[in-house]
Amino acid sequence: MSASTSTVLYDAPGPRARARYRAFGLLSVLGIAGLLWYAYDSLAGAGQFTAAMWDPFQYTAVQQRIVDGLLNTLTAFGLAAGFSLVLGALLAAGRLSDHRPVRAVATAIVQFFRAMPLLIMIFALYHSVFTTSPLWALVTGLTLYNGAVQAEIIRSGVNAVPRGQGEAAYALGMRKTQVLFTILVPQAVRSMLPTIIGQLVVTLKDTSLGFLITYTELLYAGKLIASNTSTPAGYPYIPVTIVMSVIYIGMCLALTALAKWIEARGRRGANRRTTVAA
Amino acid sequence: MGILFEDGNFALFRAGFLQTVGLSALSALLALLIGTLLAAFRVSPVPALRAFGTVWVNVFRNTPLTLLFFAVAFGLPRLDVHFSSFVFAVLALGLYTASFVCEVLRSGINTVPLGQAEAARSLGMNFGQTLGLIVLPQAARSVLGPMSSVFIALPRNSAVAGAFSVSELFSTQQTLTERGYNIFAIFFWLAAAYLFISTVVAVLFRLLENRLAVAR
Repeated sequence: MSASTSTVLYDAPGPRARARYRAFGLLSVLGIAGLLWYAYDSLAGAGQFTAAMWDPFQYTAVQQRIVDGLLNTLTAFGLAAGFSLVLGALLAAGRLSDHRPVRAVATAIVQFFRAMPLLIMIFALYHSVFTTSPLWALVTGLTLYNGAVQAEIIRSGVNAVPRGQGEAAYALGMRKTQVLFTILVPQAVRSMLPTIIGQLVVTLKDTSLGFLITYTELLYAGKLIASNTSTPAGYPYIPVTIVMSVIYIGMCLALTALAKWIEARGRRGANRRTTVAA
Repeated sequence: MGILFEDGNFALFRAGFLQTVGLSALSALLALLIGTLLAAFRVSPVPALRAFGTVWVNVFRNTPLTLLFFAVAFGLPRLDVHFSSFVFAVLALGLYTASFVCEVLRSGINTVPLGQAEAARSLGMNFGQTLGLIVLPQAARSVLGPMSSVFIALPRNSAVAGAFSVSELFSTQQTLTERGYNIFAIFFWLAAAYLFISTVVAVLFRLLENRLAVAR
């Protein structure tokens, strides 16, 4: 939150304005508290906070299932993240190529996979190529989509490196590949790292699409827990949803925080060049 | 490739296509409304509203859409909230996209020159007038580019709704796959449909951008 915009939009409050803001503040706090209380009350009214509802989380089998689900999610994420970065670098190199056919092919691939819904792709892959392995359907789908997006991020990063850098490298007698991979890409990655990690957060979120092709990742594990454990108070769908949300949001926030930290660190250093995201 | 024109598949496909378009349009509207409201919250002089906006955006931007659909489809009925699955889908998609709209608008507010808001304030406008009449209209114009990528992503995300019993294009894909047609033929037509939708959205935004561009 930049302080400059928030203060330029309204005057420094005088005594009356301050009283008014305080009144608004009080009203909105009351409103928000009312909303929260309403949510709590309807949850409690439906018996979602009874001990019986939350008991299943004490069973070792259930805990094991959550851990397995988490590990499966992280496996899919790790594979997809690695492959999509490799694919992204290749496609970016293709789009920056001097040869028109290579450029055209890379552009077509990037545009096509960026425009296709991931779910449609994963489903098609699952039913055509990877019929026995939902993991690889998921990873391939994620790689194709996120690889295309990462390619655009890397490309815009390379384009944002000052021309003098590449020209100086050519003047030293470096070849095209050398210039790209030893001069341009390292600087591009450095300035685009926050955006790249931001896209990795999207990759992590999208692993939950595995749920829909019955890959036993975290959300699917949650569904299994909820539909297989009958407690005296009913099936624990809402407690499971709450637990899954906390895990997912926690993981994504951690990655986002890493991106923000790197961004702040980059801004602090001598290399203050920042680029606009694709 | 001819599967689209056999056995009444075309009617199924058309119904799915129209549902995807309707779902995307309605959630886009909801997302715009809530997103603008959230953006106003996030720059408002009232700390409680700022905090509310920040928490909302951070929670929804870091929640997988599938999880949101799961919560809405399995959670809300247990709290005696009963809507059709279409309304549930609009809610989930709209609330999810609203947080992205909010962030885009907020970055746009940052690009409006300070002098604009200062001039508005020196004319005696209050926060609501400054934001609503002076800053937001200019901010919205300058972020049409990023906004278009949010709204191109929306129809793609709407595919998840198909897995939660809304009969749109993804469920068309499921039905056709179950009927045993060639996967690649099905994929070809779906790809065409989605490319068509995203092209239309992109062209609409291009037109808007040309109409509304700010010379600065």
